[in-house]
Amino acid sequence: MSKMTLKTEGDKHVVVTRRFAASPEAVYRAHTEPRLIQKWLLGPDGWAMPVCVSEARPGGKIRYEWTDGKGGGFHLTGEYLELVPFSRIVHVERMHLPDPTPDNHVETMFHPDGTGTLMTMRMTFPDAETRAAMLATNMEHGMEASYVRLETMI
Amino acid sequence: MPNLDTAFSALADPTRRAILARLASGEATVMELAEPFEVTQPAISRHLKVLEGAGLIVRRVEGTKRPCRLAPAGIDTIDRWLAMLRQALAKNYDRLDGVLAAALDTEERKDMP
Repeated sequence: MSKMTLKTEGDKHVVVTRRFAASPEAVYRAHTEPRLIQKWLLGPDGWAMPVCVSEARPGGKIRYEWTDGKGGGFHLTGEYLELVPFSRIVHVERMHLPDPTPDNHVETMFHPDGTGTLMTMRMTFPDAETRAAMLATNMEHGMEASYVRLETMI
Repeated sequence: MPNLDTAFSALADPTRRAILARLASGEATVMELAEPFEVTQPAISRHLKVLEGAGLIVRRVEGTKRPCRLAPAGIDTIDRWLAMLRQALAKNYDRLDGVLAAALDTEERKDMP
């Protein structure tokens, strides 16, 4: 999708940008309110998030549980560090597969952009190895749905 | 170019992913690779054989040692991981577009007399 960018930065960062045709308030709420998060933060087709805890205050807990409906699944836990409605969210998160991955520190910013919003998400990993490992684990989750598309790319 | 099916089977194991992650920072011997894990060197050697068979690592001979490093094609695989992360996120954000559009509709209806 041309309106999203994703790039690595230095050894430890991954930076994602995306434009949305909605106000920063709406996009911020879609990132913090459980009933909204459950509608879109799902990864490949066929996955659902039956459990979503998002306590949007500093120190508040995050817990997302995903299932593929076929007995497969995993979960993520995290904590909010800083929230500036409706412009900035800082949190840490880790996946449990079932062993926890090292912490991913995420800063998400929402800037007004014309009538819409420009979101910038900056992930920071402890080191280059962790980033590589995180990419590997994410990819394992994403690979099922992406596999066919990928084959046609090669 | 490693076979994707073999490459992904090779990646399905957490120890092998950790080995690859370690090799991302440079060449290492079996002994160095075994150190952080609670597994024996023969077990690590078996994992290395799988990774080598999948074309993700290459090994060279240096006396009695056979140090390993990421294969250039294995590094391509990391690029492919990035491509897949991009696809997964793009999918999420396309879905979010729909959520935002629906929320906007609801608000407009609320504003109606």
